[in-house]
Amino acid sequence: MARPSKEERKVSIMTKALELFSKEGFYQTTMPSIAEKIGMSVGNLYNYFASKETLAKELILYIANMLGEEIRRINESPLDTREKIVAIVHMYFKIAQERPETIEYFLRVYLSNREVFREGCEGMICVSAFVTELMIFFEEGGRSGELRDQDFFSAFGLFMGYLGGMVFLNGERILPNALESYEASIAENIYNALKAR
Amino acid sequence: MPSKPAKFQIVWLQGITCNGNTHSFLNDPLLGSLLDKVRFLYHPILPSQMSLRELVVKIPKSDLLIVEGAYRGDFERGGAVMEKLLPALAARAKNIVALGSCASFGGIFKEASPESISGIVYDKSEATGPLAAMREKVINLGGCPAHPEWLSFVIGMMLNKRKVALDELGRPKELYAYTVHNGCLRNDYFEWKVDSRSFGTKEGCLYYEQGCQGPFTHGSCNKILWNGVASKTRAGTPCFGCTEPTFPKTDLFRTKTYMSIPSEMPLGVPKRSYLALAGAAKSFHIKRLEERLIDDHS
Repeated sequence: MARPSKEERKVSIMTKALELFSKEGFYQTTMPSIAEKIGMSVGNLYNYFASKETLAKELILYIANMLGEEIRRINESPLDTREKIVAIVHMYFKIAQERPETIEYFLRVYLSNREVFREGCEGMICVSAFVTELMIFFEEGGRSGELRDQDFFSAFGLFMGYLGGMVFLNGERILPNALESYEASIAENIYNALKAR
Repeated sequence: MPSKPAKFQIVWLQGITCNGNTHSFLNDPLLGSLLDKVRFLYHPILPSQMSLRELVVKIPKSDLLIVEGAYRGDFERGGAVMEKLLPALAARAKNIVALGSCASFGGIFKEASPESISGIVYDKSEATGPLAAMREKVINLGGCPAHPEWLSFVIGMMLNKRKVALDELGRPKELYAYTVHNGCLRNDYFEWKVDSRSFGTKEGCLYYEQGCQGPFTHGSCNKILWNGVASKTRAGTPCFGCTEPTFPKTDLFRTKTYMSIPSEMPLGVPKRSYLALAGAAKSFHIKRLEERLIDDHS
């Protein structure tokens, strides 16, 4: 059997590390615990990532790129703004169900441990791919007259705060029903809150 | 004894104008030496060989016809309507310059009667003006007004029998291949997305909040300075985009945005790439760009 390439090993480290970080949090997760989970020596792990902080930054870049790519596909589709909201809500909840560690990491590690991401991930740098696509979504919705013109962050906070909050409640097992059962009403609420009057 | 070479003969014809380009031209610091090399057959202000009446009657040959002001067919000069006068003078001119935005694209005067007023070749950006058929010999010097050195550059090229390379709107590339953004002293602020707080200050970029058109306006205002010292943006006023066929825009001091994102991107920059770059740049707080450059109280 062919030995996995360095890139493949890197992806496998990131996958495991993502699981650990999202479950245990940034500080509880250590480089030895990640190495153990992969079955690799700690020394060798440092050959791939110079520090836990570097690994954490690579992970948020990876997640932001993945989410950005998904939203870009929706942005470039022929849907109108209302339908795009439905598609984004669906995409986000689907990822939260199928790959919960990605959204968990975003909420529980990236947003909760800002000090870790201060250098090298200043402001929006590491989540640029994701935020840029939402900017495009809002800008086009505003330009077409479907959405009410307002400050970007007011609209962004409403949209992503709502989705993040629901995923968080779901992760805490507080929601009485499955996450996907809320999709339609959440998309409707977001559209009603943002639409041009 | 060999006779002196004939001077370069210029006719300066005015359409509907505020005289802005004439006044601008009078501020050319090299006007004196230029006047040694050229002769005005007719100019509304400078000493010339002919009166306006004589110009209209004689329709002389010229090396250069300069047209200042917008075109309207029934507008009269010296008792002749422009519909007849302009093509007649143009046919007997070796070169033609549309001087300023009105002669180039219709400019401000076109706003009064959009259907009947245009530039001499272009009506905004459509080549449907009265001299459209001879557009090959017309150079457009858009600007409200055109910088005097832009005109003297073109005349100098003609005196030296040099070809002037033109862009797709007939403007000299040497002068209009840049954007006004090029050479702007506020580029440091533009790069890091730091807004200007008010007009007339040295600090901040005027693009995000104040309606500056510099990133998408062709012109050399920040390379060939006005009166040798300043430009709008250097003085703390946003660029109005006066060299473009879209001039005049309304709401000059406001940047049109959708969801706080500028509606027009810098020339040639795709929106997605610009937003990604802008987001990254905004993530930094650079103290030296957030403070007054010169603090009066220190």
